[in-house]
Amino acid sequence: MTELLLSMERIRKRFGPVVALAGVDLEVGRGEVHALVGENGAGKSTLMKVLSGAHAPDDGRMTLDGVAYAPRRPVDALRAGVAMIYQELNLAPDLTVAQNLVLGRERSRLGVVSADPRVDRALAVLDHPDLAPDRPVRELGPGARQLVEIGRALVGEAKVVVLDEPTSSLSAAESEKLDAVIRALRARDVSIVYISHFLEEVKRIADRYTVLRDGETVATGRVADTEIAAIVEQMVGRSLGEAYPRVPHEPGEPLLEVSALSGRERPEGASFTLRRGEILGIAGLVGAGRTELLRALMGLDPVRRGRVTIGGDVDGGAGVRRRIAQGLGLVSEDRKEEGLALDRSIAENLTLSRPVARLGWIDRRLRSAVTKKWSARLAIKMDAAEQPVGALSGGNQQKVAIARLLHQEAELLLLDEPTRGIDVGSKVEVYRLIGELAAQGKSVLMVSSYVPELLGVCDRVAVMHRGALGAPRPVSEWTEVEILDEAIRGAA
Amino acid sequence: MSGARARLQRALDVAGPAIGLLLVMILFAALVPDRFLSAYNFKTIATQTVIVALGAIGMTWVMVSGGIDLSVGSVIALASVVTAVLLREGQPELVALLGGVAIGAALGAVNGLLITRLSIVPFIVTLGTMGIARGAAKYLANEQTVNADAGWLADLMTKTPDPGWLLLAKGVWITLALALVMALLLRRTVFGVHTFAIGSSEATARLCGVPVERVKVLVYVLAGVFGGLAGVLQLGRLTVGDPTTAIGLELDVIAAVVIGGGSLSGGRGSIAGALLGAFFMAVLANGCTLAGVPNYVQEILVGAIIIAAVALDHLRRRASR
Repeated sequence: MTELLLSMERIRKRFGPVVALAGVDLEVGRGEVHALVGENGAGKSTLMKVLSGAHAPDDGRMTLDGVAYAPRRPVDALRAGVAMIYQELNLAPDLTVAQNLVLGRERSRLGVVSADPRVDRALAVLDHPDLAPDRPVRELGPGARQLVEIGRALVGEAKVVVLDEPTSSLSAAESEKLDAVIRALRARDVSIVYISHFLEEVKRIADRYTVLRDGETVATGRVADTEIAAIVEQMVGRSLGEAYPRVPHEPGEPLLEVSALSGRERPEGASFTLRRGEILGIAGLVGAGRTELLRALMGLDPVRRGRVTIGGDVDGGAGVRRRIAQGLGLVSEDRKEEGLALDRSIAENLTLSRPVARLGWIDRRLRSAVTKKWSARLAIKMDAAEQPVGALSGGNQQKVAIARLLHQEAELLLLDEPTRGIDVGSKVEVYRLIGELAAQGKSVLMVSSYVPELLGVCDRVAVMHRGALGAPRPVSEWTEVEILDEAIRGAA
Repeated sequence: MSGARARLQRALDVAGPAIGLLLVMILFAALVPDRFLSAYNFKTIATQTVIVALGAIGMTWVMVSGGIDLSVGSVIALASVVTAVLLREGQPELVALLGGVAIGAALGAVNGLLITRLSIVPFIVTLGTMGIARGAAKYLANEQTVNADAGWLADLMTKTPDPGWLLLAKGVWITLALALVMALLLRRTVFGVHTFAIGSSEATARLCGVPVERVKVLVYVLAGVFGGLAGVLQLGRLTVGDPTTAIGLELDVIAAVVIGGGSLSGGRGSIAGALLGAFFMAVLANGCTLAGVPNYVQEILVGAIIIAAVALDHLRRRASR
């Protein structure tokens, strides 16, 4: 390693009962491109939020350029020379490239912003034909926008630049352009923390790497000395022997047949069959199009092409109300925005897709009884049916969202990241519930970014890669490494 | 938060403006006891509340759904002119009344359809129809007041009603009865629950198969109906159709809903709170006039109270988290 620039030692962070970081070490040298890899949920994002001052660590210490570093807010990190470039870019689209580059650091004379040599210097490093200083950022493509963000870090004389999945929305040509800029930064002794799922990229651009797993550092080393396959194995590690309660169930006749289904952008030509009493898992990276597949099936997003057969009804896409009538129900990955009306009551949320009413009038007593019945069945910890659902813990909120599908008597449950953001105990309860639903003859289509969970819960698993859905296989025919490999590289 | 506390919270939502109202009434009772505390004055205040209160009932639905309706003042003017013109043409009062309500409903439907079909934000759509309705009212009325015999429509807003045992103007009782019905509809029907769900989280409502567009259109039609009815009663009060009446009234209506616990970001609000808010503002206006407080002080007071009501609400909400 070159001279040490940034060190993070024994960083710990927990959110309520969930341990996100259980003692992470990270050392980055000056002018080094350091890849940070790990599965979804391994703790990469949390670690970077600690680095950028968005989260305060519970324990551990950091040094930057030889001095103690403890940012209390993101602006402290920025001043100290740590710049974050996130997937969702933070630019003002109506301002020009030059204005965005110096935003918050304008130099002015008598209040008038003056021409700025820093803009020219940054643009010289970025060296991109689209980047004219007077051009509004709105007119730029995603690649050029990302370069503007990096240019902003240059203007701020950042010592460390964190790139979070920088190529996920870039074309091949734009990725090459980004590589060139990263090399230019390295030549100027700027250190890069490079977060990516695409290990070929890591192999191509990074000097060293660190692997996180379950909130711990499990490996670190020189990229040149390591094979991709070895890094994948370090990411997966041994199974932690997590409890996946198996409820015996027997797949019956097909309930859902999807053929060559294409959405607005993703999915692209997805085909599969789901039987009654079967749990089908869909693995893949974030952004592969798994959520879009569920949304297109549910009628929330338009279907461009393809055919959907549900219990004998054939169509080329339908609205949500028809899908609900056909027995479909969806639990969204984004519980807070789309899934629960947080300031409304548990009873209202639970019965929203099938109101307990006669001639349009709510039967409050019956609704309350129904709510109590489901909360007892799913062990939802609550005080009263009329309590706002937002007052419950994440795990209990998720159970309300699932209970809604049960109350609606859904036969086909689309579950998007059903265990996201809930504690370990609730996870096991959700796993058991999914098994019980299958045992009752219901079908479950489950999207998850956590591969061990898919292998533990599902009967079959299919992998989605950049919009294309691979062939489903029984879980006995998959290994965790194979699933991750197909998610990263696509089907062989 | 437990169920009991949720009920307490809902009670507090109404108790807040009620306590404010009580304080203001005590203040004026101390300042100008003989004039403020008379039965006649109370009848006057109640009658003055009617127009804003009717508008606020419709606005509560709109704001609960996460929208806003700036056109209500112009709708009142247009409905008053339409009703007056129908009366002048010799139509019976009931037909004239229905005509005024119908024009309100039609404008509400236009608002709702533009908002849902063209996906334009309610603020802009209703800002547009606010101008259109006002212009249409002036065109219909030839830019002057429309004289007509309002018949029993004028009786609706007479402060001393006939028969005398009613004590308050018939319009006040009509408003209270409608408020009770609308409060029940909002709390107890699927339509009401859907309105709350849309205002609280539109994406969730969609996911659950709530017919979001249909509900929104109906909500704006409802607001239009109440605007229209307010226009008819305004005609009863003024006894002429006035195309320049109720200018800026939409702001009083929104203020009434907000003082009563409604939220501009949707998902919250109650009919009872909105009525209290409307009454509160009428009491304030009346008391200030009686106490000889200049009009500008009154305007400053109302402005400060709106901000204070919302600020208090935020504090209370943060404390209960």
